[in-house]
Amino acid sequence: MNQPEHLRRQELLAGVRDTLPLLLGALPFGMIYGALAATSGLSFAAAVAMSALVFAGSSQFIAIGLIAAQTPVAIIVLTTLIVNLRHMLYSATLLPHLQHLPQRWRVPLAFWLTDETFAVTVHRFQKDDASPDKHWYQLGSSIAMYVNWQFWCFLGLLLGQRIPDAQSWGLDVAMPVTFIGMIIPFVKTMPIAVCVLVAGAASLLTLAIPYKLGIVLSALAGIVAGLSAQRLRASPPACER
Amino acid sequence: MTGSDEVWLIAGMAAVTFGIRYLLFALAERIRLAPWIMESLKFIPPAVLTAITLPAVLLPKGEWFVSLANPYLLAALLTLAAGVLTRNLLATIAIGLAAFFAHRLLF
Repeated sequence: MNQPEHLRRQELLAGVRDTLPLLLGALPFGMIYGALAATSGLSFAAAVAMSALVFAGSSQFIAIGLIAAQTPVAIIVLTTLIVNLRHMLYSATLLPHLQHLPQRWRVPLAFWLTDETFAVTVHRFQKDDASPDKHWYQLGSSIAMYVNWQFWCFLGLLLGQRIPDAQSWGLDVAMPVTFIGMIIPFVKTMPIAVCVLVAGAASLLTLAIPYKLGIVLSALAGIVAGLSAQRLRASPPACER
Repeated sequence: MTGSDEVWLIAGMAAVTFGIRYLLFALAERIRLAPWIMESLKFIPPAVLTAITLPAVLLPKGEWFVSLANPYLLAALLTLAAGVLTRNLLATIAIGLAAFFAHRLLF
């Protein structure tokens, strides 16, 4: 089990390297968070602390919007809980791969679990080589995302105080652009294509459901559709891709 | 927002976010996932990412905007094309962002 040091470092660096494109996507996202926070009524220190301690882009955004609308703290925390429910799906996916690790690994990897690190790392875990150090890859991706996020949020905060209309630049486009880039490598089989189509359609049909709960419901619809497609395909010899 | 409100806000958000991310990891020894759950795990990433992305593209400001005059939709279509053609994540994201800002500049 005792692997040479350099193999671990290789995993760590590969995790950083494969995350680099996503750092570009997080750049405008972090900047606009900082810029919005600067004008929301949240103090500078609190905005920095939120990035450092919560480290969850979309819920940070929503929180800033709710703060600006004078929403009570309890409601903001509850909204954060609901918006981040999807992370439980992520940890369920990673569970079989991280189960054997001690808590001193599981705690930081959980804290740093983001959409981006999850999407990158899942591909590494799915490769069938027997490396026992794939969690070092996740660590590399996590640290890269964390440092990058803190930096751009901080810069956004500094600039946001100077450039009042930064929020109208449309920097939020970085999120869909990055996510589309992340979705494409997953769509390799017919059942996953079905899953994506159904999840997408469901996301448009569940828009009226508050607190972004539609995201979780739509994901579940996509998963059920994908599973069904896989079952249907498994029984009779149907279209193979 | 007062200073103590801010402390409670950040402590609360940090606690629920970490709690959700960590709960299953914490219980790992006591959890045994059923085979059908194991089978469904691979659908989770594309399903969640799609469910977040599509509304952000078609309703960028919370209102339906299905037109090529919608810079978010145009950027999304070009990102999709770039992703399928190049299979390179960095190029894909760069092209998508460039398309968006070119659209904003030109129209």
